[in-house]
Amino acid sequence: MTDQVADTGYSAERRGLSTKHREWVAGYLFVLPDALGLFIFLGVPMVLSLIIGFFEVDGFGAYRFVGLANYARMMNDPLFWKSARVTALYAVMLVPLLYVCGLGLALLVQKTTRFNAVMRSMFFAPHIVSLVVVALVWQLMAVDKIGVLSRLLSALGFGGVSLLGNPSFALIAVVAVSLWFLMGYYMLIFLGGLQDIPAQYYEAAEIDGAGPVQRFWYITLPLLKPTSFFVLMVSMVAAVAGAQAFDIIYVMTKGGPANATSVLILYIYQQAFGFGAFGYAAAMASILVITLMLLTAVLFFFTRGGRFDHD
Amino acid sequence: MTDVQTAYYARSQVTIVRFVWMTVAVILAAMTLFPLLWMVSIAFKTPAESFSPNLIPANPTIENFIYVLTGVPFARYMLNSFFVSATVTIVALFFHSMAGYALARLRFPGREAIFLAIFSTLLVSLPVIIVPLFLVVKAFGMLNSYAGLIVPAIFNAFGIFLLRQYYLSLPRELEEAAVIDGAGYWRIYWSVILPLSRPILSALTILFFLANWNSFLWPLTITTDPNLWVVQVGIANFKSQYSASWSYMMAASTIVALPMLILFLIFQRQIMDSIKASGLK
Repeated sequence: MTDQVADTGYSAERRGLSTKHREWVAGYLFVLPDALGLFIFLGVPMVLSLIIGFFEVDGFGAYRFVGLANYARMMNDPLFWKSARVTALYAVMLVPLLYVCGLGLALLVQKTTRFNAVMRSMFFAPHIVSLVVVALVWQLMAVDKIGVLSRLLSALGFGGVSLLGNPSFALIAVVAVSLWFLMGYYMLIFLGGLQDIPAQYYEAAEIDGAGPVQRFWYITLPLLKPTSFFVLMVSMVAAVAGAQAFDIIYVMTKGGPANATSVLILYIYQQAFGFGAFGYAAAMASILVITLMLLTAVLFFFTRGGRFDHD
Repeated sequence: MTDVQTAYYARSQVTIVRFVWMTVAVILAAMTLFPLLWMVSIAFKTPAESFSPNLIPANPTIENFIYVLTGVPFARYMLNSFFVSATVTIVALFFHSMAGYALARLRFPGREAIFLAIFSTLLVSLPVIIVPLFLVVKAFGMLNSYAGLIVPAIFNAFGIFLLRQYYLSLPRELEEAAVIDGAGYWRIYWSVILPLSRPILSALTILFFLANWNSFLWPLTITTDPNLWVVQVGIANFKSQYSASWSYMMAASTIVALPMLILFLIFQRQIMDSIKASGLK
């Protein structure tokens, strides 16, 4: 019987299945390919990331249980701590900047005019280019002394500054590139949020004599809370996980100078695929997973579960 | 002051504010676009000129492009990228629309649980699971293969989620006619739902293709065979091999970025609208 059900045929009665059960079977079959794929290529790795950290994996794929050895090694690894600090610094610099720039650009081009439509496309354009190319172009512009950015800096009186060679500036440069790449994306997300604020609120406030600042503070910001939550959460997760940072840093600095741009995901990658230390890499990744879960939980707690409709 | 005067002052004030507003926007936009213009500019400059500060090349040349397209297996990388991105996009949209339709329309036990499970993977990003994912794919024997490049990239919750939202907003009556005709679920999906999904599927096609064309970390991790390199990996390795020749690298970058920028120019409304809609509401 089941083999006939597989093609969810035309006449229920002939198959001897009730309409209800036919719908069940169809539902499961329609969901099956994606559910299975997500389970194998996302679910299993998620669980594994918490387990492999307790093992040592050799080059032939043999696993040996080592208990907490990887975690003990982590505690005493100055490069792990350095990478964790760099990751935190990167996220702390990038997330607020993205919020402010994304919202700022959205407010700048909010009105639907032809001029603004062109501006929006221009602000979003960097997001279309791959991060590898983005990193190459910025690296070229930041070449010491002769790159166009370095020339600009010395024209402004900051001659001799090495943007990517100086540990104090390299991470800031990476943040700047990430910001340039991402701000157009968050601008669009904010524009989506702004669109949903009813125009009557602004009209009423204007009649009551509220200026632009007051309107922004008492109408736009409160009503934008769901979007703000989304932006903060997504940008925070992406920054900590290194979704953009990895590509940029891998191409631009490889973690240098003096590990100043060695974010955790880059260090994990180097340990796993440079030294074959899969167990150690997975142990560090599990810390990353737990950090991300905690961050999400904290954000959920402070926003009462991401619900904003009735506050 | 008469009413006419007030109106006049108010209007001229508005004009000034608008002018300042627009000037700020134009300056910011020019700064945003500058790196991309610079990339194209260097691509057309001779190596000797590549660090001169002028935006317009003094002696424009296409030598760099010719070298990149003939001197290195760049065409092969482009072809790999195209094949992988197109395959992932087509298969992913097919699977996602099936799942989205079932999760929005069909009633079966466990539907909400399945949806929640899928939804909860939305925030899992690739870097975090790169090590275990590599080991899983290795266990399947898919290292250094097109399957390894394609299969894991197909599955992501984002597309399922957006398509489900879209199907929830479709009026049910459209399917009911088909049900009365005695059509099975597969036929409803194939000849009613899919044609109705054309607008969202075309937007997602562009987004998916773009994301896969630009992806770097996964292809970098599972391909060591240069014959399988996609264009992003090729270009990153290009850099370590020819670190001095910026004009070649910018020509290569231009070739990689330009198709996507053109795609964006053509479909900018669809692309930006679907991103706008993807925010939490």
